[in-house]
Amino acid sequence: MMRFLLLFSRQGKLRLQKWFMPMSEREKKKIIRDMTTMVLARQPRTCNFLHWKDLKIIYKRYASLYFCLAVESQENELLALEIIHRYVELLDKYFGNVCELDIIFNFEKAYFILDEFLMGGEIQETSKQIVNRSIEASDMLQEGDNSEWYEVELFG
Amino acid sequence: MALKIVKGSIDRMFDKNLQDLVRGIRNHKEDEAKYISTCIDEIKQELKQDNIAVKANAVCKLTYLQMLGYDVSWAAFNIVEVMSSSKFTYKRIGYLAASQCFHESTDVIMLTTNQIRKDLSSPNQYDTGVALTGLSCFVTPDLARDLANDIMTLMSHTKPYIRKKAVLIMYKVFLKYPESLRPAFPRLKEKLEDPDPGVQSAAVNVICELARRNPKNYLSLAPLFFKLMTSSTNNWVLIKIIKLFGALTPLEPRLGKKLIEPLTNLIHRALDLLYGMVSKKNLMEIVKKLMLHVDKAEGTTYRDELLTKIIDICSQSNYQYITNFEWYISILVELTRLEGTRHGHLIASQMLDVAIRVKAIRAFAVAQMATLLDNAHLLTGNMQRNGICEVLYAAAWICGEFSEHLENPIQTLEAMLRPKVATLPGHIQAVYVQNAAKLFATVLKGQEGNTDSTAAQETSQLMIDRLPLFVQSANLEVQERASCILQLVKYIQKLQQKDVEVAEEVSALFAGELNPVAPKAQKKVPVPEGLDLDAWINEPPSESESEDEQPKAIFAKEEPKHSRPRHTEVDEKELARRREARKQEQANNPFYIKASPSSQKVYQDTPGVEHIPVVQIDLSVPLKVPGMPMSDQYVKLEEERRQKERAEKKKKEKKKRKEKRSGRGKKQDSGPESEEDITPAHMVDIVTEEMPENALPILILFYFLSVNILLTEMIAFFWPSFKVCDIQGNLQDGSQVVVSVIFENKCDSFLKSMEFNVLDSLNSKLQRPEGSGPHDGLTVPFQLPPGVSNEARFVFTVQSIVMPQKLKGTLTFIVKNEDSSTHEKLDFKLHFTCTSYLITTPCYSDAFAKLLESGDLKGSSVRLEGVNMPFHHLLARICFHHHFSVVERIDSCASMYSRSIQGHHVCLLVKTSGQTVSIDAKCDEPTLLGNVLDEIKQTFSQC
Repeated sequence: MMRFLLLFSRQGKLRLQKWFMPMSEREKKKIIRDMTTMVLARQPRTCNFLHWKDLKIIYKRYASLYFCLAVESQENELLALEIIHRYVELLDKYFGNVCELDIIFNFEKAYFILDEFLMGGEIQETSKQIVNRSIEASDMLQEGDNSEWYEVELFG
Repeated sequence: MALKIVKGSIDRMFDKNLQDLVRGIRNHKEDEAKYISTCIDEIKQELKQDNIAVKANAVCKLTYLQMLGYDVSWAAFNIVEVMSSSKFTYKRIGYLAASQCFHESTDVIMLTTNQIRKDLSSPNQYDTGVALTGLSCFVTPDLARDLANDIMTLMSHTKPYIRKKAVLIMYKVFLKYPESLRPAFPRLKEKLEDPDPGVQSAAVNVICELARRNPKNYLSLAPLFFKLMTSSTNNWVLIKIIKLFGALTPLEPRLGKKLIEPLTNLIHRALDLLYGMVSKKNLMEIVKKLMLHVDKAEGTTYRDELLTKIIDICSQSNYQYITNFEWYISILVELTRLEGTRHGHLIASQMLDVAIRVKAIRAFAVAQMATLLDNAHLLTGNMQRNGICEVLYAAAWICGEFSEHLENPIQTLEAMLRPKVATLPGHIQAVYVQNAAKLFATVLKGQEGNTDSTAAQETSQLMIDRLPLFVQSANLEVQERASCILQLVKYIQKLQQKDVEVAEEVSALFAGELNPVAPKAQKKVPVPEGLDLDAWINEPPSESESEDEQPKAIFAKEEPKHSRPRHTEVDEKELARRREARKQEQANNPFYIKASPSSQKVYQDTPGVEHIPVVQIDLSVPLKVPGMPMSDQYVKLEEERRQKERAEKKKKEKKKRKEKRSGRGKKQDSGPESEEDITPAHMVDIVTEEMPENALPILILFYFLSVNILLTEMIAFFWPSFKVCDIQGNLQDGSQVVVSVIFENKCDSFLKSMEFNVLDSLNSKLQRPEGSGPHDGLTVPFQLPPGVSNEARFVFTVQSIVMPQKLKGTLTFIVKNEDSSTHEKLDFKLHFTCTSYLITTPCYSDAFAKLLESGDLKGSSVRLEGVNMPFHHLLARICFHHHFSVVERIDSCASMYSRSIQGHHVCLLVKTSGQTVSIDAKCDEPTLLGNVLDEIKQTFSQC
């Protein structure tokens, strides 16, 4: 199973974090520091897989963003890489030619998308279509909420 | 209550939302900590309010700050509050915040049990979904114990969306509250056969995870998983299942046997994938890996499968991906060491194909083939049943046909005439005999120059001694060839004994080089003089007859077949185009390659068979690799060669960079080398000179100029370096004005998330969609790749049109580069002139006269001096720029009319004398008239 997913920029700024196991803030901070220093120090064209403690770290760089996924040691690295890529595809589909700023400014959306794709450290849904559909449906629900709110404002 | 909500919403308008916070942090890079601490103070204020929207907004911001490393544990209770909201929008934010911030020691978690239970049983599946997702992140042993039953029920929910989430979270529940596993397991097992693939894969994931911890207990599920593995098409699931079997097989060895078939199916799929994956860059590496598998493979079927795959991969699209043919020959030779393969024929045909078509490789190929012939006994252990001996067919033919490349032809000749050859299949023996004769000719040629003629005679004797073996062959072909050649050699021997030189004549028997001919090469052969291909050889049958004979087309009329003369109709352009297309194809096809541009010229000047294109390959790799070839050596050599190339390229680039320091080109990433970077070692010789680099990127002076806003309609747009565009009216009703804006991306980057915003004035307002605030920008509904332009329309509401207006606006957008993205802003002004409110409206002279007589209109006049243009030009200019129409024109005097969107009449009387133009104007709105006249004056002062 997966342990955590981190997105950070080339400057080491954290853009998204998902912990599939509960962890204290101190532990999280230490891991984030370790990951950023370790991954950012890697030369281009070196292997995308690392061993770290008893975990495998799989990372991939997309433009200015590093996607870094930690899985347990018996997991398949290529599958993990595929998971990262699938998440990027989902983001791209949602934001339309996604870039780092999309994730910064709409970070809650990025989390919502992730939550429909992965859950509890396992893949929840492998079909891109179904993930997209459930996100759209939730967004619609949210917009429905908003308009209701406006009515109250106007006539209340 | 209502008042409170309104108050809250008004407050909210002035609150920072998440976007503002993010923007703020980015703008306060120097004093970020200070800025954030004021933000946190604001958030604390917001959290004190009763309005849940305000609270949710605050919690959303806190979640962001938490990611930046700020402590937000003090707001835990507020998060629970937002989680409890009945609105999905806020609930979603609440649960997100909880899943990011809560951990087992967060004490408020115990307060959430009932709320979560309520959400789990919500009629809205997304409420339930959000609760499950959140719970998966912060489930504690207490929560697991209290909610296990609720979640178990959800595993049988009607919606697959809920089922799959419930199944996944069960694993977390098991971890925290192991007692729940026993009662939940039967239901979990059921889910392995759920009709929904998502639920199914979730169940597979959970059970795999459990089984990994304790495989023994899950052996009983093996048949079920086996069924899944053979039926599922979902690779994500398959990988999991195979991993699971990896854990189970040590416990139950019988499983291993059952697994062979489905696993080989998977391997086949993987091999098929490989075929599409190869490139020039990775071919050698991939084949090397496959060769390892070939060595390790146990079953011959699988090994043969690998062998054909290797050959398929290498030979695809005319050896497109092979950069080094020596390496390929070595691979083929290595493959001959496989015992018991059925594919000897395939290897043989590849050897022949490469040796014939790649001229430069012949010497190397011949040397390799000679070694093969010499070691034929190694290949032919169990002669008849061994398919690999087919390669000897190719080896013998190559050594015979290209014998001039042999280093030691006598040795090869001897090898080809060994008695053991007689045990080979007949068709191979036949080739042996025929090519022994060719070799004999070559050997004679080499020996005759010597003073000592005994050597040549000895060679003849060798032939005479060995050939009778073949004459006795049961195979007719072998017998016939052998006896024919035997007689020939005997005759030669006689001549030799008389000291007659025969080598020349013997070689003549096999003279002429075998060249591959392109399918269309015939067209290049000129038609000999006096031959008319279109003339009938026999008198054609009479018309009527031929008509009768024509089969009737039942479904469609057959196109008449183009007869030959049609070719002459193809014009030069078409020919050139075809030639170009052909050249393109040739670039990838070793069959056609031309040696150099100069040879092409020769070939055009003197057409003939010799000049039919043959592969000419330039060798930049040392041909000699001592001993039997090991393809691995090539991999290494190739690596070195590429490295050298790269180094050279870098040097070149550096030089180039120096040369054009002034120009700022597109930044070239010297990252991973691309496919095009690899030049083949055996040059497929197209023009190799580098193209002159495009002097494309002209230095862009100011970045912001790269977004160019052109306004074609309605408004003029002022920008220091922009031309004012034409103004035209496009009006829908008295108060609405549609502005069309053309956005053109002039930079190299991708532009997206464009927001167009204008600061409204009291008079003019940008129309925004319902629900958005008065200061919100409008999203431009498209993105702009570099160099692309697109048009967007914006509607403005205008109250008074008598005065010109300027509106300030901003365009924000994201500039996306290959490795970074920035948020940019562009300020602009929109200029609404009074003229732009006028619409060209035709008017008849009598109506015009009535209008002037009515006395409702107020007059004004203006004089233009120094206008140096014909009168009709002047009128045209007023019509075009100011939307007037000519009512009547008499000599140097004309009346004109226009109408505003709000129905104002504007009448002009234009007179000219010399260079002076006087305009008398009347309008029912003097201010409007005054402004229109000013604008007309402006137009003429500019020319």
